[in-house]
Amino acid sequence: MSSSIAINDVNRIYTDSDGVKVEALKDIDLDIRPGEFISIIGPSGCGKTTLLRLIAGLDKPQSGELSIDGKRITDVDPERGYVFQQGGLFPWLTVENNIAYGLKARKIYKQKKNDIGKYISMVGLEGFERSYPHQISGGMAQRVAIARALINEPKALLLDEPMGALDSFTRSDLQDKLLELWQQNKTTMILVTHDIDEAIYLSDRIVIMTPRPGRISQIIDVDLPRPRHRGAPDFLTMRRQILELFELAQANPQPEYVI
Amino acid sequence: MDTAIIKHLAVTEQPEADVRPAVKWGYKHNGYFLLKILLTVSGFAAAIILNLTVPQKADVVFKEYILTLFGLNISLDINDAYIFLLGVLILIYGLSGVLAWRNKDKRKRYSKRAAFRFALGLALAFWDIGGTKFQFFAQPFFPGPAQIIEAYLADGEYIVQNTLYSLRLYAAGFSSGVILGVGTGILIGWFPKVYYWVFPVLKITGVVPAVAWMPFALTLLPNSFTAAVFLIVICAWFQIAFLTAQGIQSTPKQSYEAARVLGSSQLGLIFHVAIPHAMPDIFTGISTANAMAFTTLVMSEMLGQPGGLGYYINQSKVWSAYYKVLAAIVIMAVLFSLINHIIGLIQNRTLRWQKGVLKE
Repeated sequence: MSSSIAINDVNRIYTDSDGVKVEALKDIDLDIRPGEFISIIGPSGCGKTTLLRLIAGLDKPQSGELSIDGKRITDVDPERGYVFQQGGLFPWLTVENNIAYGLKARKIYKQKKNDIGKYISMVGLEGFERSYPHQISGGMAQRVAIARALINEPKALLLDEPMGALDSFTRSDLQDKLLELWQQNKTTMILVTHDIDEAIYLSDRIVIMTPRPGRISQIIDVDLPRPRHRGAPDFLTMRRQILELFELAQANPQPEYVI
Repeated sequence: MDTAIIKHLAVTEQPEADVRPAVKWGYKHNGYFLLKILLTVSGFAAAIILNLTVPQKADVVFKEYILTLFGLNISLDINDAYIFLLGVLILIYGLSGVLAWRNKDKRKRYSKRAAFRFALGLALAFWDIGGTKFQFFAQPFFPGPAQIIEAYLADGEYIVQNTLYSLRLYAAGFSSGVILGVGTGILIGWFPKVYYWVFPVLKITGVVPAVAWMPFALTLLPNSFTAAVFLIVICAWFQIAFLTAQGIQSTPKQSYEAARVLGSSQLGLIFHVAIPHAMPDIFTGISTANAMAFTTLVMSEMLGQPGGLGYYINQSKVWSAYYKVLAAIVIMAVLFSLINHIIGLIQNRTLRWQKGVLKE
C-alpha cells in the first residue's frame, strides 16, 4: 500500500511574462522511503509546491527524472492522491459525492460504493454527507478533501499546505487526524508546509528548501518517539535548530561565497 | 445541519411551547391573521358590492352566454361572469388563507400580501366603474373587466387554439435553441480552435435582433411555422451559447487538476467539472434568452403566422376589438409568468448547491 519515490537531479525552470527565467527547482535529489511521512518546508518561492506537483504528475521537469516504485512518473495517476491548499472540492457536489468522485471517475463506483461511508466516518464527518462544501467549515472541507483522496487507496498522499488556511485549534485537530489516517493506511505521506511545528510533529524526515534557485539545503531526521508532544524539550530543541537554519540561510543569502 | 442537533432542538422546544406567554400581535396571532384574511377578501367583496350598487350609466350591451361547467349549462351575461370571477377570487384567497392557518411561513407570506390583494380588489372596482359603468376611459381602447371576460366567453375555443399554437411554437423553438446553445457553448468554451473561429461570429450576429432575419426566414423556409421556430431558435441560441462558453472558460484550473488527480478522463472533465461549473451561467443565458424568445414569438406571430396569440391580437386590432387584444395580453402575462416560474424552479433545483453562497 505504500511506495518509494525517487527524485533524481530534477530541474524546473519557469519563464515569466517578461521572458525572465526563474529556477524553481535546481538539482533536486531525494529518495522517499515506502510508508514514510516526509515534510517539505521552506519560505515561499523555494519551489516546494512545484516539487509536489512534479511528484503528482501535474507538471513536468525540464531535466531529471521522478519515479515511483521504479516506474517513471509521466502523468497524474490516482495512485498518488493530492490534497490542495484550499478549495479543490467541487462546490456543486455534496460531501458524499465529492468523496465518491474518484470512484465514479475510475468507473468502480458500483463495486466500491460501500467505502464511501467508511471514509466519511474515518474523517469524522457523519451527519454531513448531504451538505454542500460552502455549508461546512474550512477544517471539515479539508477532511473531505483528504477522504476524497484516500478513497482511491493511493500508495502516496501528497498534501499541499492542507492546513495553511485553518485556525490553530482546527489545525492541530487535523494534524492528529492525519497521523491516525497515516498509521491506519500506511500510505507514504509527503506534506508541504511552512509550519515548522507541524513538520516536526508529523514527520519522519524534514526536507528544508531554500529559494532562488529552489534547492534542498538540508534533510533532518526527526527521531523523536511518537506520540510527540509539542511542548517537550527535545521537540523545542529541534524547533530551535530548524529556526537557526533558516536564520542562517537568510543572513547569508549566498552560502557558496561564505568562507 | 446535523440532524441530531435538529432533533435535539425540537425536543427542547416542546415544553417551552406550553408555557409560552400570550402570542404577540402579529401574523402568529390568530386574531391578527383572521383580520388579514378578511382584509384580503374584502377588496374583492367591495368590488362585488360596488358592481351591484353603482348604476349602469354608459350604454353597454350585456350579452348572454352559455357557460358549460361540470356538465351544467349556466346562462349568464358578462356582468354575471365578472361577479362570478370575483366570487372565485374570494373563494381562492379565503381558502388559501385557511390552508395557511397551521403553517407559520405560509401565514407570514399571506399576511404580507394581504394589503396588495386588497388593493387589487379596489383596483378592479375602480376599473369596473370607470370602464363599464360610466366609461370614463377612452373607448374602445380601455373596456371594463366584464368586456374582457366577454372575449373569453365569445372566443373561448379560438383563444385556446391560438394559445396552444403559441405554446407549440415556443416549445419547439426554445427547446431547440437551448440544446443548440448549450451544445455550441460547450464546444466554444472547451476547444480554443472553435473559440477562435466561431466566437467572433457569434458575438456580432448575437446583437442583431432575431426578427431582423424574418424576411429570409419567411422566404427560405418551407412554411411559416418553421420560420418562426427558426427565429426563436437563433434568438435563444446565441445568447445561451455566449454565456455557456463564458461559464466553461471560467472554470478554475484547480478544479480540473483536482479531477485529474482523482482519475477523471478528459470527457469526465467536460461533463463532471466544466459543465457543472458553467451551470449558473447557462441558466443566466436561459432566462435572458427566454425573455427575448417571448418578444420574438409574439412579433413573428404578428408578422406572418396563421395562429398564435400575436396573430389573435393583430386580427382583433383590425376590428378595433380592443377588449380581445387585452384578453390576449392577460393570457400572455399569465402564460409567460408561468413559464418563467417553471424555469425558475428548474434553476433552483439544479443550482441548489449555490443556495446561501451568494448571500455570504
